[in-house]
Amino acid sequence: VTASELTRLPAADLAQRLAAGETTSVAVTQAFLDRIDAVDGSVHAYLHVAAEGALAAAAASDTRRAAGQPLGPLDGVPVAVKDVLTTRGLPTTCGSRILEGWLPPYDATVVARLKAAGMPILGKTNMDEFAMGSSTEHSAYGPTHNPWDLGRIPGGSGGGSAAAVAAFEAPWAIGTDTGGSIRQPGAVTGTVGVKPTYGGVSRYGLVALANSLDQAGPVARSVLDSALLHEAIGGHDPLDSTSVPGSVPALAEAARQGAGADLTGVRVGVIRELTGEGYQPGVQARFDDALRLLVDGGAEVVEVSCPSFRYALATYYLILPAEASSNLARFDAMRYGLRVWPSGVDSPSAEEVMRATRDTGFGDEVKRRIILGTYALSSGYYDAYYGQAQKVRTLVVRDFAAAFARADVLVSPTAPTTAFPLGEKLDDPLAMYLNDVATIPANLAGVPAMSLPSGLADEDGLPAGLQLLAPALADDRLYRVGAALEVLLVKAWGGPLLDRAPALEVGR
Amino acid sequence: MSDITRDEVRHLADLARIDLSDAELDHLAPQLAVILESVASIREVAAADVPPTSHALPLTNVFREDAVRPSLSAEEALSGAPEVEEQRFSVPRILGEEA
Repeated sequence: VTASELTRLPAADLAQRLAAGETTSVAVTQAFLDRIDAVDGSVHAYLHVAAEGALAAAAASDTRRAAGQPLGPLDGVPVAVKDVLTTRGLPTTCGSRILEGWLPPYDATVVARLKAAGMPILGKTNMDEFAMGSSTEHSAYGPTHNPWDLGRIPGGSGGGSAAAVAAFEAPWAIGTDTGGSIRQPGAVTGTVGVKPTYGGVSRYGLVALANSLDQAGPVARSVLDSALLHEAIGGHDPLDSTSVPGSVPALAEAARQGAGADLTGVRVGVIRELTGEGYQPGVQARFDDALRLLVDGGAEVVEVSCPSFRYALATYYLILPAEASSNLARFDAMRYGLRVWPSGVDSPSAEEVMRATRDTGFGDEVKRRIILGTYALSSGYYDAYYGQAQKVRTLVVRDFAAAFARADVLVSPTAPTTAFPLGEKLDDPLAMYLNDVATIPANLAGVPAMSLPSGLADEDGLPAGLQLLAPALADDRLYRVGAALEVLLVKAWGGPLLDRAPALEVGR
Repeated sequence: MSDITRDEVRHLADLARIDLSDAELDHLAPQLAVILESVASIREVAAADVPPTSHALPLTNVFREDAVRPSLSAEEALSGAPEVEEQRFSVPRILGEEA
């Protein structure tokens, strides 16, 4: 196999070839670093490439294997990590100027588990500042470009992770999802992304945006790869008090079982409120095609109604800014990160330094949401906004419970549109927020959800995504049904969707 | 009520410890008004007797053993500080001039 062929193999195949001694972790890791060198000048998926550390970790993996040490199944397979998870000694900026140059003194639990599994870390991926956005254009370090069309957005906030995987700059990556930041980028880049059950993956070292909604998860090119990565990072962590007790379910096994493509007896619920009006025709058409394939596979498709979902977006845009305004108070210029002295002030106070630093260090979208959250939490408005949003959140949870009484999994398109041109919605926050209309309910209720490619929209030839949702702690259902649908879709397409992405011009 | 004035935005930014220039205020205030108007729909929902959900997980009172465990050294904890003095975070003055 050539180096360029290595970068296109599924991560599960890479793991097998490493185990069989057919290649080395150094060869695999170097192949991805070369690919990054060749195309990241135009994609800009990475904020930081950790070539030296990745190669050292790869060499250590090869040494362990040569010595015949017992190894985990993913030892030596490299991975990319969204820049919102702390990495000891590696820059962690969250896409913000306020953390430029910061080197965390500790690893996030997710990162510690990747390292413990023997996986070299290729680098840190680009994102909207503090994960606020749906296009990666709110990164203080410049946008990421969609590998399918470099003039378009890769989704957000985890556009860097999704683009890195879609452009073969990493076999897989870690993302985080607060309102769709793993799934929506997955949909618009033709990759698979999973938001696990809330609490299924540790949030320790995940820089908090909205801590009751945030969840880290896998970004990959196949359902099985997603399952393997999810298993590697999931499970209880005593360092996170919101971590679910118990071990992670057998996800790879569910994916392998699903690959038999027999869905007999599986009830699939189509969420009425998340289809039809407001969805691009090509996205809706690919969704309808996928439903027919599910029926072909033996599934029973029913329609379910979740009436409160029409208020989910408003609920989210009150709860999220409220939590974010509180979480981002930690960026106070005192203990780490940027410190800006106000100009023209003699002996400024700590508070004046704080104000100047936060004005300089935060971008527009972060300021918008902090101010919105401060408003929603202020006395006189608290009951009408934040308190009411918490009640509607209960209604969303109840709607899911009723829907899951009638169906094993629920489905919808992941995002209302395919990738839009860079700049199109940048100064229209409300239009940007609408990208998350179908993904937000899962975060509000804490249920797991997956986006997988459903095909290319006829009108623009760009990828569309289908979202699968399962009850809390039943993440294995996503993998079983997702793997089955993937087999049926790939058969219909005659090969993986990413094979149809245009070749990126190599060289800067 | 979903109308938000420029002065209110200035006041909120003040509470959130963010200096905003006049240009930023001109830009942000109308955008915030639009966002607030759209989220105001939430007040139509009849939910008076619905209990609030603050968290997706019903976990309560999660404790750990009160045992000594390894933690960051002082040097590691101070490693990202803008300014360090005598193994402490050095900060701008925190009291008023006259204090």
